[in-house]
Amino acid sequence: MVMEKINAANDKALEIILNGQPSLVGIGKCLDVVPGMTEKTLLHAGPPITWDKASGPLRGAMMGALIYEGLAEDEESATKLLESGEITLDPWHHHDGVGPMAGVASASMPVFIIKNETYGNYSYCTLNEGLGKVLRFGAYNKEVIDRLKWMERVLGPLLKEALELHGPMDLKTLIAQMLQMGDEGHNRNKSGTGMFIRAIAPHVAATSFDLQDKIDVLKFMDSNDHFVLNLTMPACKATLDAAKGIPYSTIVTTQARNGTEFGIRVSGIEGGDRWFTAPAEYIDGLYFPGYSQEDANPDIGDSVITEIAGIGGFAMATAPAIVQFVGGTPQDAVNYSTSMYEITHGENNVYQIPFLNFRGTATGIDIRKVVETGILPVINTGIAHKDPGVGQVGAGIVRPPMKCYEDALQAFVEMLEKEGLV
Amino acid sequence: MSNINELFGKELKVINMGLDSFGDDLKEQNIKTVQMRWRPPAGGSKKMMSLLSKLK
Repeated sequence: MVMEKINAANDKALEIILNGQPSLVGIGKCLDVVPGMTEKTLLHAGPPITWDKASGPLRGAMMGALIYEGLAEDEESATKLLESGEITLDPWHHHDGVGPMAGVASASMPVFIIKNETYGNYSYCTLNEGLGKVLRFGAYNKEVIDRLKWMERVLGPLLKEALELHGPMDLKTLIAQMLQMGDEGHNRNKSGTGMFIRAIAPHVAATSFDLQDKIDVLKFMDSNDHFVLNLTMPACKATLDAAKGIPYSTIVTTQARNGTEFGIRVSGIEGGDRWFTAPAEYIDGLYFPGYSQEDANPDIGDSVITEIAGIGGFAMATAPAIVQFVGGTPQDAVNYSTSMYEITHGENNVYQIPFLNFRGTATGIDIRKVVETGILPVINTGIAHKDPGVGQVGAGIVRPPMKCYEDALQAFVEMLEKEGLV
Repeated sequence: MSNINELFGKELKVINMGLDSFGDDLKEQNIKTVQMRWRPPAGGSKKMMSLLSKLK
């Protein structure tokens, strides 16, 4: 009886996820377009966290954002301001958005605006800065701040105008195409970035900006193979948010980490708003020259939203070349993808893996299956240095802590017990 | 009995469930063996198994 009720709820959640139609519809200033944003709010990745518990890269990114906004002059004054409690720290997920790695966003930053055309909900994400010394990995030197200022002054407004000339961009088709071309949409975004540039370039040329600005924008996007990550992530967020709050559903609709804790939220538990957290794990991966596991921060970032939408680690079989970045062999990549079918409610209708005879990716993580099988979702991810100000030091594979799923299962059963259903 | 003898007279392809060492012994005798990945439900946690059983 209760199993049928849960399965029916999960059918509905999966149907909503599969029917989602995320489109890039605009670019705006974070303060103007993100719900609940204020001049003294910093949005961050993962579940809620306070300054005293924040990890090095998250602290670095927060300090950098305050310097970028002109609210602090240097590391010392930024720290003082953050310790004062005057700055509101809030998860991106509480504001309909996502942030890669530290995921810190402040009022003046430009953000992509994504609309789920099927269900009418929106999501948001900043524009990708590139790899290495960047704010999202906790770096905040002059080079980082200058780049953010250029993104605010040139990149965002120019792409906004180009996008208006292009019209809304269908991200679901873009991601499906990426999977046919060797990207998995989390740590390999090479073909997707190329397709984005191909689509937007004629309109970049047609904008009212100076020729040098147009050249700089095209060069910037071309130099960053992960530019489109900041579109795949909010596309997944807009898709999954529509499936939040379905009574009795055990499907995971949020997974995120803040560098200290990993957190999940489940569609049918307290409207999909309750976090279940546990200490974030360390990543098993490949390190850039000069760095080792001793330098690594625990798992961080909202990019794990890709895995619960059926791409990223769940689609690694379609991106064998990614193992050169995150470690392992192409066979490992296939094994990761195939094992995920054990813990999902279904398979994707659009995101397909050619190597698996165009089988749809595993989609809709069911907490019951995770706990019963002991198989944890696979995540491929970047590795941030543990100290503020350094940046990315590698990439690899990580699994969430089982405690999140066990605690969620217990809360779900207790909820049904209160209702007299079990 | 004759069916069993006939079976062992052919090339064996074995799926081993449970302890790896049973399969390892066969592999050492050049018998094609696949180890099935198996673990008790919920890693053997009685608490989790009890919660899961309430949902069935």
